[in-house]
Amino acid sequence: MADDHSARHSMSAADAKAAEYFFRSLTCNQLVAYNSYGVDKVFKALADPSRRKLLDQLHAENGQTLSELCEHLDMTRQAVTKHLVLLEAANVVTTVWRGREKLHYFNPVPLHEIYDRWIKKYERRRLRALSDLKKGLEASKGK
Amino acid sequence: MDKPKTVYISYIETTPEKLWDALTEGEFTRKYWGGRRIQSDWRVGSPVKHIREDGGIDWQGEVLKSERPRLLSYTFHIHISDRHRDEQPSRVTFEIEPMGAVVKLTLSHDGFVSAGATFETTHHGWPAILSSLKSLLETGNPLPFTGLGFGPSGEARGQA
Repeated sequence: MADDHSARHSMSAADAKAAEYFFRSLTCNQLVAYNSYGVDKVFKALADPSRRKLLDQLHAENGQTLSELCEHLDMTRQAVTKHLVLLEAANVVTTVWRGREKLHYFNPVPLHEIYDRWIKKYERRRLRALSDLKKGLEASKGK
Repeated sequence: MDKPKTVYISYIETTPEKLWDALTEGEFTRKYWGGRRIQSDWRVGSPVKHIREDGGIDWQGEVLKSERPRLLSYTFHIHISDRHRDEQPSRVTFEIEPMGAVVKLTLSHDGFVSAGATFETTHHGWPAILSSLKSLLETGNPLPFTGLGFGPSGEARGQA
């Protein structure tokens, strides 16, 4: 059991290191204040169909109470609560109290941060690669 | 209290004062908000304008609450098309709370009709703007991408 624990621990440390290298390579080795722990939470929060369904529910109608969310889902109240806790921890769901009612909102900001910092960079790299290829081909054609 | 239509939250590694300045000073907004300068004396009742580089106005409003560096609220009326202009001014509120090493920024936007022009324009716009603001405050660089203004002219600028 103890071995299992330490193995898992060293794995995640290695993963964190790999993620850091990967991220630095994407950001041209610039040191950016970026919380990879927060990103992990977002990916984990999204890695479950029930939680994605909950987000879809909020996207369709923002500001629902727990009871309203439960009405449309084939899940127990406890299961919905558990999923909401994870979604809140990842900041993709945020809550606002209105009197005694707790309203849940879909917060797309962390998803946008991932899009900007990861996906956009892939697009830019791909575009640069294509542009380099074009330049290379045109240069060799001219010779 | 009415139910807010949309709530956006970002945790930013900065101070409440810097974040306040980033929300209220034109020199700051120009960097992360598609070249637009925000303009107001930030007294309750004073006008707020969001001015494009070409001098046109994307949106304007009136200061409702101004408590540096914690709470800022203004009315918000988009002027980029007749559809937007025909809608009632909506309301934007920024709450700034220090949380250890970071600052929690909560943006609530309400007072607009569901599925109307204001909603269509802002529900993709706000996350992009907050994301760019976070990047500027944490790294000194805004995000090099397009479409950060609410107006159509935002699409053609800012590409790195």
